[in-house]
Formats: sequence, structure tokens, C-alpha cells
Amino acid sequence: MKTVAKTGNEAMAYAMKQINPDVVAAYPITPATEVVQIFSNYVADGEVDTEFVAVESEHSALSACVGASIAGGRVMTSTSSQGLALMHEILYIAAGNRLPIVIALVNRSLSAPINIHCDHSDTMGSREAGWMHLYCANSQEAYDSLIIALKTAEATAVPAIVSTDAFILSHAMERLEVLEYSDVQNFIGEYKPRFSALDLENPKTYGPLDLQDYFFEHKRAQIDDFSKVLDAYDKAAKDYAELSGRYYPAVEEYKTEGAEVAIFAAGSTADTAKEVVDDLREQGRKVGLVRMRMWRPLPVEQIKATLGKFKAVAVMDRSDTMADFGGPVFLETRGMLYDSEEKPLITDYVYGLGGRNIELTDIARVYDDIEQVANTGKIEKLITYLGVRGEK
Amino acid sequence: MSMKFDRPMNWKELPAGCLIDEAATSLRFKTGDWRSMRPVWNSEKCIHCLLCWISCPDSAIKVENEKITGIDYNYCKGCGICASICPPKASAIEMIREEK
Ligand code: SF4
Ligand code: SF4
Repeated sequence: MKTVAKTGNEAMAYAMKQINPDVVAAYPITPATEVVQIFSNYVADGEVDTEFVAVESEHSALSACVGASIAGGRVMTSTSSQGLALMHEILYIAAGNRLPIVIALVNRSLSAPINIHCDHSDTMGSREAGWMHLYCANSQEAYDSLIIALKTAEATAVPAIVSTDAFILSHAMERLEVLEYSDVQNFIGEYKPRFSALDLENPKTYGPLDLQDYFFEHKRAQIDDFSKVLDAYDKAAKDYAELSGRYYPAVEEYKTEGAEVAIFAAGSTADTAKEVVDDLREQGRKVGLVRMRMWRPLPVEQIKATLGKFKAVAVMDRSDTMADFGGPVFLETRGMLYDSEEKPLITDYVYGLGGRNIELTDIARVYDDIEQVANTGKIEKLITYLGVRGEK
Repeated sequence: MSMKFDRPMNWKELPAGCLIDEAATSLRFKTGDWRSMRPVWNSEKCIHCLLCWISCPDSAIKVENEKITGIDYNYCKGCGICASICPPKASAIEMIREEK
């Protein structure tokens, strides 16, 4: 193990180098460009054995990844925002064909209006595609998560997206610890695909037409495979903790002991909120934080057990569902807790769209709000757009 | 896993990944059932250039010792590619309506 200084993008590229995939096919997009740019340097310098495929679009990038994965390769790519949107069609094809491709992603808003900064609307818009989703809070986690995600993906044949917040993490330099190459290789092990188009002894047909008679059965089987991801992730995360000393549960609790209210947030904002929790705790206030790290599959039981014990919870959503009912994390969290006997009052804060900064004072204000909800037992405002001009 | 085709499989029996895990299963599907136009091959006119054979999308042109021997109507779907590719001077394949 050694300590290095890296940006989120450098950390992800470095993890890819140590994974040393068979194939990487990618197309550049701000703010994820660096990930594959740095990785292509590793390729050019002979530091990895990877076949690097430069393509003309993200649709082609993921399509090439699908082909390489069907051929039995260990495959990765990287993208962001519009790039993920352009991959959308192929996301479903990769997942349906059980191809454990891993995407190192940087979360960025979707046009219009055109913007290159952070929010979570890109991955939230892809959450039904059959991929595992992990949201990282810092560069260390981004590095670690790619390795854990690859292991989980290959164990379950479910592809994975690991994401960081645009610029806030992708371009900010942080101190992190990286493993030795041999440790990473031992941890991920040799990739043994369930099938390979290059297995000429056992020819198969990949991706055939599937109509009313079998499509439903294939989808049902895919949903069943997806239900095994959480356990596989847990095992991989625990094994990784033994190796690295860093454990990443699907749902992280921070100072929740004795807390009556909590913020439920993802990504870098969750790390920022920890500062606020520390301050408020010093003042004797009963506040805690729950970090949403995995959002596909949903860690339903963990979320119910964790959030169920608070009087009030504020969900922080860095995207909106355009359903006139708040953000996706809010909607799904309320859905998960609906049957719980003990459940908190839940409000939503849609914040940070297009990279709008979220300040410590913004987060402190959310804690003020939910303490009031907890004390009065009443929700004055269900959905708040936090930090937008023209709204309180 | 080997796939069963004698009855519809339930979702737990399917091989993962929507794949068909054995080769040449298309032999079991008689694409000839769809045909509305039928190619009729004339052995007298045929010069055995094999253009129809290489162009047929369903491998329905039967060949033995590099000579056409006929058309396999189990798989011929009646697309007419063979008739249109056949050199005009030979015109050895004629498309006729199935109901005739
Ligand atoms: S009609 Fe079409 S399918 Fe039938 S033999 Fe000719 S080319 Fe083949
Ligand atoms: S294309 Fe016509 S001439 Fe050539 S082999 Fe076929 S039927 Fe015979």
C-alpha cells in the first residue's frame, strides 16, 4: 500500500490500470475525458495489456464493449452525462446479455440547458437498465469502488456503474492509498466468463430474437440474477476491507447513534454533511447522516432498518424525476418505508442541479428544518428546491 | 445446460444471458412455412454458376458435387433473391405464386 495524491479521474484511471482489463472502448466527454486519456497513456506506454478501441461515439463505445464481453473479455469503459445517455440503448443490451462490463462514470447534468457540472440526473435516468450503481463520496472511494464493483459484476454477471461527482471529485486532488498491482490482481482473480463467443468447441447464438413466447422468462431470470447482487457486493466489500482496511457498506451510517433526525444523501455532499453533523453534535443536537452509496439494486432491508429508527429524514436529491413529486431517491425511499411499522416523516431537498454549490450552511438549514418536523410531527413543506434563486 | 425444445421452458431452466447454447437450432424452425412465392428451378436451363446458392439467405439451394440439385422448400422463404441473381441468359429460376 502506498499513499499518493490523485484527482477522482486519476484515481479511477489508476484502478483501471491495476485491473488491467482485456478491452477498453471509449469516447471522451467532459468531465470524464481524463479517465480514458490517462488510461490510453498506460496503453501507449505498455503498462497494461489492454486492447484500447477508440470509437466515434459512446453508443459505439459500449457496443464495442458488448462485443468484447461476449467474446469473454474483461471489459471497462468510462463516460459521463450525454455520453451515458447515448449509451442508454446499449446499457439494456449489456445487462440483458449478462455482460459484467464496468463503467467509470462522472456524474454530470443532462442538457438542456447545456452544462458540464455535477448532478445525478445521468445515472438516475439509467437506473432501470439492469446495472449496479455505486455513488462515491471521495477519490479514495472511487478507486476502491471500481475494484469492488468489478469483482461483484463478474461474480453475478451484472454490469456496474461507479460514479463520482463532476469536478467536485473528478478534478479535485486528494490524498489516497492505493494497493499493489499484485494485490488487486489477486483480489479480482482471473476472469472466467460464463460463456465466450471465441469458444469454438461450443458454438452458441448470442442475442437472438425473443418474442412473446420467451422474452418474459428471460427478463424474469435477469431480475432474479439482479437480486443476488447485494449479497455478492457485501462479500466483495468485506473481502476488500480485509485487504485494504477500508469497508464500504451499501448504506453507510455516520453518527446515527441516538440521532432523532438524519439526512439521507449520496456522493460528495454526504462527506460535506459529515462536517455539519460534527458541528451540530458538538452543540448536543441529535443529528446523524445516512449515506446512500448503492442505489441499484436497492439495499431495501438496510435502508428500512437504518432510516426506520429516525423521527424525521431529509432526502437530498441531486436530480428531479419531473413527476412533480421531487427526486428519485425521495420517491423510492418513501416507497421502501411504506410498509414499515416505524417510519420517519420524510421530506425532500432537490439541490445542486448543474453543479450549484451546496454550502455547509445549506445543510445546517436542512437539519434545522427536520428537527422542526421531528418536534412538531408535521411536514410544512414536502419538497424543497434548495439553493435556487426565487425560492426559500 | 442443454436446452429443451419439446415444451416451453420456464424461466429457471433458461441458460443465463438470453443465449441459445447449442448450434444449428435453426434447423428446427421451418422458415418455408411463410412462403407466398415459390422458386421453381429448371435443371435444363441451369449453368451451375452457383450464384443463387451463395446469395440465398436461408441456405435453401441444395448442392452436391458443385452442382445445384434443387431447392429445399422446408427452409426456402420465397424471397426471390435466387431468381433475380440468376444470369438472364440462363433464367433457370422462375417465381410462381404458392396457391397455383
Ligand atoms: S427464394 Fe429466397 S429463400 Fe428461397 S431459395 Fe431463393 S433465395 Fe433462397
Ligand atoms: S443462379 Fe441460375 S444458373 Fe446459376 S446455379 Fe443458380 S439456378 Fe443455376
